[in-house]
Amino acid sequence: MPRIKVRKTYKLFIGGAFPRSESGRTFEVDGHNAALASRKDARDAVLAARAAFGKWSGATAYNRGQILYRAAEMLESRRSEFPSEEVDHAIDRLVWYAGWADKLAQVVGSANPVAAPYFNISSPEPTGVVAIVAPQSFLGLVSVIAPVVVTGNTCVVVASTLESISFAEVLATSDLPGGVVNILTGKAAEVAPWLASHDDVNGLDLTGVADAALATSLEQQAAETLKRVLRPAEVAWTDDPGTGRMTAFLEIKTVWHPKGV
Amino acid sequence: MAFEYAPAPESRAIVDIKPSYGLFINGEFVDGQDRNKTVNPASEEVLAEVSWATPEEVDAAVKAARAAFAKWSKLDGKDRAKYLFRIARIIQERSRELAVLESLDNGKPIKESRDVDVPLVAAHFFYYAGWADKLSHAGFGVDPKPIGVAAQIIPWNFPLLMLAWKIAPALACGNTVVLKPAETTPLTALLFAEICQQAELPPGVVNIVTGAGPTGAALVEHPDVDKVAFTGSTEVGRIIARAVAGTPKRVTLELGGKAANIVFDDAPLDQAVEGIVNGIFFNQGHVCCAGSRLLVQESVYDIVLEKLKRRMATLRVGDPLDKNTDIGAINSAEQLSKIKALSKVGEDEGAERWSPPCELPSNGFWFAPTIFTGVTQAHRIAREEIFGPVLSVLTFRTPGEAVEKANNTPYGLSAGVWTDKGSRILEISDKLRAGVVWANTFNKFDPASPFGGYKESGYGREGGRHGLEAYLATH
Repeated sequence: MPRIKVRKTYKLFIGGAFPRSESGRTFEVDGHNAALASRKDARDAVLAARAAFGKWSGATAYNRGQILYRAAEMLESRRSEFPSEEVDHAIDRLVWYAGWADKLAQVVGSANPVAAPYFNISSPEPTGVVAIVAPQSFLGLVSVIAPVVVTGNTCVVVASTLESISFAEVLATSDLPGGVVNILTGKAAEVAPWLASHDDVNGLDLTGVADAALATSLEQQAAETLKRVLRPAEVAWTDDPGTGRMTAFLEIKTVWHPKGV
Repeated sequence: MAFEYAPAPESRAIVDIKPSYGLFINGEFVDGQDRNKTVNPASEEVLAEVSWATPEEVDAAVKAARAAFAKWSKLDGKDRAKYLFRIARIIQERSRELAVLESLDNGKPIKESRDVDVPLVAAHFFYYAGWADKLSHAGFGVDPKPIGVAAQIIPWNFPLLMLAWKIAPALACGNTVVLKPAETTPLTALLFAEICQQAELPPGVVNIVTGAGPTGAALVEHPDVDKVAFTGSTEVGRIIARAVAGTPKRVTLELGGKAANIVFDDAPLDQAVEGIVNGIFFNQGHVCCAGSRLLVQESVYDIVLEKLKRRMATLRVGDPLDKNTDIGAINSAEQLSKIKALSKVGEDEGAERWSPPCELPSNGFWFAPTIFTGVTQAHRIAREEIFGPVLSVLTFRTPGEAVEKANNTPYGLSAGVWTDKGSRILEISDKLRAGVVWANTFNKFDPASPFGGYKESGYGREGGRHGLEAYLATH
């Protein structure tokens, strides 16, 4: 007699835990009932992301790189849960970004030759809490999350696929501190406006927003607190991603100190 | 003891101000339709008539910039460089003229326009001139391209310097520009237009449209603009960010600030006091990165305040053209009334106001250097940008508290930290959420040093290699 399978319940991923939507709502995705995130869930996720920011941004770059590499290991071991045509690229993408953790500052930072006796140095720092509307594809999802968090940002991701929650399970077993990545399954049109207008969100990645009118309205809302906005774009996810997705959510800090006084 | 000084005014004979100026479009001055006056804020004397560009005139300027872009963007980098080097040299040659004109139109002390603004302007053009033929080495791809036509809107606090910050990198990267100076300080930009003619810069590469808010709005909203660069208030920055939403326009914003200047008990206090004074009274406090919130460690509060008050009593407020003047005129009647209004709020909210005895001229716009003590984080004078010579003083006990208070603002442009302990400087600098941190110094600027804010102080950097990114089609 065939074994009766134990099914998985797909819930949200907030602060390292897997809660149901506080709204109690679900929506059907590929025959499963996924949690349908609400405005309150979005706010809880921002709180969790903000709470995680200090420790994650203050972690050593080496440590962040190790954790992203660990996520690649975990994804490798769970590869059967992900689309086979994308999972290899996704694993490689995580490894690629993991390696950037302790190199980007050397590539985008600088010692500046000012015309006076001062030590002057510019270094990249994470922008803060970034809200991401993820693209549909699994490789796209990994390719928008990894560059945002490898530099020390924390994020709230709006996604609508079951893989996004399976990927949350990968992250949850990778020593990634709770709250660094929060994943809300639901409708971008319903949840994203609360993130775009949230005072404690610093950046907004609209890559996965398909509806141009929604993208414009989200960018307009983001203007209220001058969030850094990455506009929607058609991306060939298997192409070399370059450093643009990392630098979009970095701040350059320049420190001066006199010499010889 | 008061020092008496004989007047030592810089001669204004070096400047030839025309009675009336047109708009600089396609390499020529053209008469505008809407005539307005610009005044000397130190005397309220009318300096000249200038045109406020209408949407049609803005359109003509954008068209000129678009037409010029085809050639300018294709010009060899080394040739673009030569034009910029020429401009840098002419600025050096005409530096005194520019300095006097800047002080007349803006109200800033001649010693600042002469020793800070104008030398930095020349240096900025010199710096970016050198980048024009080296862009493939800048880290933005092997063959980075310009964006196109840049709409640039600058404030009145550092009129010519902000022009340099905008125009030099834009041109070096192969863009053409339409620049709008602030309505109260158009004159040095118009003199710069003459410098472009003298440098034989191809027509249309630089266009200057003087005017106020509506001119700026027409420029930002023009459909054939590819890039918007703005320096000014956070309020206007929000409007611009909203206006470009949903368009392909790239945008960089350098907005307001409410910088903390943190003084620890082990700081070299005399140097720190000089830094506090420079931080808030430089350029009458009309500085987006001004150190407008002084955070003093409680144990040295009394001595720092005593030294600060003693030093403030020696500041000389008056004629901007006088070489001994430390604090010049407030740029406009409008700005003066904003400073007065917020200072009144400070008193009403219970903070204690103090200014040194200080005689102010009877004509023009003036405000004595002022400090408020007993300020809490909830006070509006600790939260809102005053943009004048007004310092709010707060205290702290531990480094952690200093960082928390410093970061407790929606702004994040700059910060200062004063301590003799190197490891503390490095730790605090890491924790301050601000784009520029001055340790044991304040208000230092250099073309090679990136400048720009975190959070609601805007986005993008100006200066240095980083400043190129805003003018290259990188993504």
